Amino acid sequence: MEGIGSKRVRLFVGLWTGFVVIAIYLPILCGALAGLSKGRYFAFPVRIYSTEWWWRTVSSFEIHTLVTNSLLIALIVTVVAVLIAFFGALAFARYPWKGRRLYQKVLLLPIFFPQPVLGLALLLWFNALGITPSWQTAAVAHLVWIVPVVTLVIAIQVYSFDPVLEEAAADLGAGRGFILREITLPILWPGIWSGALFAFLLSWGNFPLSLYTAGADSTVPKWLYSKMVAGYTPMVPALGTMSTLVAATLLLLAGATLMVLRRRRAG
Amino acid sequence: MADIAATGLPAERKSISRRLSTGLRCAIPAILFLIGGFLAPLVTVAAYAFATPKSFDVFRSFTLENFATIFDPANSVWVSFAWSVAFAILTVVLLAIVAYPIAYGLTRLFGRWAGLVSVLFVFPLFVSENVRLYGWVLFFIKNGVLDGSIKLLGGAGGPDILFTPGMIAFGLVYVYLPFMLFPMTLGLAMVPRDLVDAASDLGAGRMMIWREIELPLAMPGILIGMLLTFVLAVGAVAEAKILGGQSIITITHDIEIAFTYAQNWPLGSALAVLLMIMVSVLALFVMSRLDLDRILGRR
Repeated sequence: MEGIGSKRVRLFVGLWTGFVVIAIYLPILCGALAGLSKGRYFAFPVRIYSTEWWWRTVSSFEIHTLVTNSLLIALIVTVVAVLIAFFGALAFARYPWKGRRLYQKVLLLPIFFPQPVLGLALLLWFNALGITPSWQTAAVAHLVWIVPVVTLVIAIQVYSFDPVLEEAAADLGAGRGFILREITLPILWPGIWSGALFAFLLSWGNFPLSLYTAGADSTVPKWLYSKMVAGYTPMVPALGTMSTLVAATLLLLAGATLMVLRRRRAG
Repeated sequence: MADIAATGLPAERKSISRRLSTGLRCAIPAILFLIGGFLAPLVTVAAYAFATPKSFDVFRSFTLENFATIFDPANSVWVSFAWSVAFAILTVVLLAIVAYPIAYGLTRLFGRWAGLVSVLFVFPLFVSENVRLYGWVLFFIKNGVLDGSIKLLGGAGGPDILFTPGMIAFGLVYVYLPFMLFPMTLGLAMVPRDLVDAASDLGAGRMMIWREIELPLAMPGILIGMLLTFVLAVGAVAEAKILGGQSIITITHDIEIAFTYAQNWPLGSALAVLLMIMVSVLALFVMSRLDLDRILGRR
């Protein structure tokens, strides 16, 4: 049944997808190139490659503080977001209750909201409460946007979960904690893990919320932006590339772990 | 223990009445958090919007002066509103065209490669947008990658397109691609394959299948994608700043200026309120027509 038309569509879709993927990664490669060139100002083709700016970035005290801030925020955001979102996702997809439809829509509103405006709104709110913005407030700001995302990610897993399993266990006399530990959690683990991964990575790369709510503290994306606007050094693309590599490594590790676990379970 | 044993009873009414409270109880942390972290900030912004201009008298003064300033024809703030909305509409249209073939490939053609291809499109979300946009600056700038390559090949040098409105639109399309692609893929996955095959067997042409079956059935997902990208693009600021070189001031940039250099929080809040109203009305309108259970759960 494969006609010529269908083959043509296949070719077009394949080529187009390939082209867009290349376009997506092109600027990231340009950044990597700029971070590895020796000159103070970027010029292509690169005359002399050197790792000088990488070393300067790695050994800079200022950068250490940034990375610590970003890491702390991302870790706190991950833990809190997964805790809230786990129950939030059960309410989203598992239990039929009266206000569920409304809850589903309200919960998604922060995702449908321009982040810079959300950041400014949070800044005003912290100010009204008399809280000085710092990396802690930035973590709260990240959560406002990330909790709904993680809830959605876990909810998708919850949808594929058959409530009959929990009911059968209850019929057989299992307690609430036992059911959660032995049935609900094991089935939902993949969703929880990908939710945690999303939380960490989205927080790690977030810029608009950190810009307004981190106060005097800086995170990696915030620092990069301030240097892009004024005071470019090759440390900017170097740190940008490193930050990208951290995210890529995490994603690869998570993917590999998932594959090993799946294989072990199958075998 | 006793009540849990009761839940398992086949009596449907009993288990529903219990679940009702369980669902609400699970939702409480998220609801409380969003009241404190989302609703309260929005209320604060709304309150500031009615405060005396250039003051910090929130909750203590009430005036419509800020809105009067915005709607004053002598003021040119509507220009940034117009730019933002125009950019957002353009972004949505371009993204629908760019993402559709990829979404189609992900649901129909790529088979076991679909997972890998999705990851390739998800990953950029985890790289801060300013890093990616700055990569484009390095690509398009004088002596950058494009310019240098063309010169290397004996050309006169790359086109001078950086810091133009077209470049901003390009940046928006680039950054928000995943937000169109994934909802669209979810939508296309809702189209039953047998239906397409049946129509094809009955002699329907490719265009007809697309217009009469695929598009209407995938519409919920496409709508979510359009809504998401519109809302995100209308509030975007980094693209115009980095790729546009501040040649165009978007509405969010105006809001930011009011909050920082101008130190006029009430005016900035009034602008933010207008943007928020636009975004929320649109979001609630589109979402009220969608059944999220069906889209996400494919039930």
